Amino acid sequence: MSNILTILKKEFKSYFNSAIAYIFITVFLLITGWFFVSDLFLANQASLRGPLSIIPLIFIFFIPGISMRLISEERKSGTIELLVTMPVKDHEIILGKYFAALALLFAAVLSTFPYVMTISILGEVDGGVIFGQYLGMLLMGAAYLAIGTFASSMTRNQIVAFITSFLLVFIFFLIGKMLVFLPTSLVAIAEYISIDFHFENLVRGVVDSRDMIYYFSLISFFLLLSFRALGSRKWK
Amino acid sequence: MIYIENLTKLYASTPAVDDISFEVETGEILGFLGPNGAGKTTTMKMITCYMPPTHGRIKIAGYDVFTDSLEVRKRIGYLPENAPLYDDMNVLEYLKFVAELRGIRGHEKSSRMKKMIEVTALGDVLHKDIGELSKGFRQRVGLAQAMIHDPDILVLDEPTSGLDPNQIVDIRDLIRRLGEEKTVILSTHILPEVQATCDRVLIINRGKLVADGTPEELQSSFQGAEKLRVEFKAADRDAISSRLKELSQVRSVNDVSQSQQSYSAAFIVELEKGSDIREEIFRLAVQENWVLLEMYKEQASLENVFRELTV
Ligand SMILES: Nc1ncnc2c1ncn2[C@@H]1O[C@H](COP(=O)(O)OP(=O)(O)OP(=O)(O)O)[C@@H](O)[C@H]1O
Ligand SMILES: [Mg+2]
Repeated sequence: MSNILTILKKEFKSYFNSAIAYIFITVFLLITGWFFVSDLFLANQASLRGPLSIIPLIFIFFIPGISMRLISEERKSGTIELLVTMPVKDHEIILGKYFAALALLFAAVLSTFPYVMTISILGEVDGGVIFGQYLGMLLMGAAYLAIGTFASSMTRNQIVAFITSFLLVFIFFLIGKMLVFLPTSLVAIAEYISIDFHFENLVRGVVDSRDMIYYFSLISFFLLLSFRALGSRKWK
Repeated sequence: MIYIENLTKLYASTPAVDDISFEVETGEILGFLGPNGAGKTTTMKMITCYMPPTHGRIKIAGYDVFTDSLEVRKRIGYLPENAPLYDDMNVLEYLKFVAELRGIRGHEKSSRMKKMIEVTALGDVLHKDIGELSKGFRQRVGLAQAMIHDPDILVLDEPTSGLDPNQIVDIRDLIRRLGEEKTVILSTHILPEVQATCDRVLIINRGKLVADGTPEELQSSFQGAEKLRVEFKAADRDAISSRLKELSQVRSVNDVSQSQQSYSAAFIVELEKGSDIREEIFRLAVQENWVLLEMYKEQASLENVFRELTV
């Protein structure tokens, strides 16, 4: 447990040592801010709908950028050898790194809180809906990050990690947009697999355990794959 | 302490380490020698649990590296080849990070860190990013992290590479001191280093163990013939040479005098194995009234042994 925390702190700090954290948070705020403000003045609407419509797309591009370095950089520089020969368990390494990326995502998402304050000043705020919307953003990001962690654990090349996680994430996103082209027998399955579908549920303010289970299974599945990839050095 | 049995590592069916067996006792400093690509690093990676052997077994303090890896890793300090470290951390942050992963907490953490900074002389670069350090300082940080938890076993892959001569002396002293109670395995390409620090030497070549013994044992067992170097104050070189040749048990006499130093005449006298004629030479010199300046037995150097076994 304390090893996870030690690794988390180190990774989180190194996001801020490089420019990644600042770039991510700034660009995230600029884009969501643009959508929020244009809704406010053009549509005369004080809500999170604008930013929320663009967030799945922002995440597709940005989250692979956050997760790409997590493990591949250790492979490239050889530091992985020192890390795994210390008395640290493989799952502690994966979780420490994953939680550090998650912490950065939380920081970015929570920094949009001024929008909520603006809404509460200008109009009615439905606490339940806001909660669902934030939960939706965080869970979707968390799922993308798990996919990115897996991609990063497979290679020593950060660019390859980026492209792999981008493609994987894009597939999960695209399935939801392709429903109309699918035979009806497959729609239910595709809907269930699609990240977007569950995101839409939460964003409407409906916090359903089925959506939660979906996200947690997706996260666990890809973290488990990352764990296996890290353990592959032990194959004889 | 370390027990290795029939260790083999195959990389895609080519053996990098081929059926090696040896044991290392507590308090022993073992030097690992071998040409490039001999399999030294590969063996160390298996001892430190980075990768499993293809065949064979390694036991450290009674624990198997494969099945009880965590117990083994707690007891080992490891400096991999080229000291891979996090370039974006500064030295202090890094040592703290390692100390925490090693489970060192509170007061002990700061005292161990202080101690390591002292013995590896890192005081001046504590707040520098590791990526900005010179090679030698980087190596010292690598050594500091390997020893921070005061491990029973140290595995050091080319520990003095990149260090300046003063640091080399300091680090060798440190290794010698540690080696009194701990078990140290180090690899090196610097043969005098082995003589200066190691109790025992293993030479491996193409993955196979080709020699195992103390530096002295290896030297004497590979000595083809005894050699004496004698030097006299300038006299008739040819006369001396021919008189020396007449002595019994002399195989050959080589004139190695430096031509510009006309005041001395030096010879390498090769003898039959196991013979010693220093006394005869002394008497001869007295009898002929030659002034003897120097006389000593030449050791087969470790270099010769190494070349003999690995070329
Ligand atoms: N990851 C790898 N994949 C395939 N072959 C490898 C790998 N690592 C090492 N080898 C091979 O294994 C052999 C032993 O390499 P090793 O690094 O153990 O040598 P070494 O004795 O440490 O050499 P050096 O003195 O150059 O450090 C070499 O032939 C090397 O090419
Ligand atoms: Mg090597």
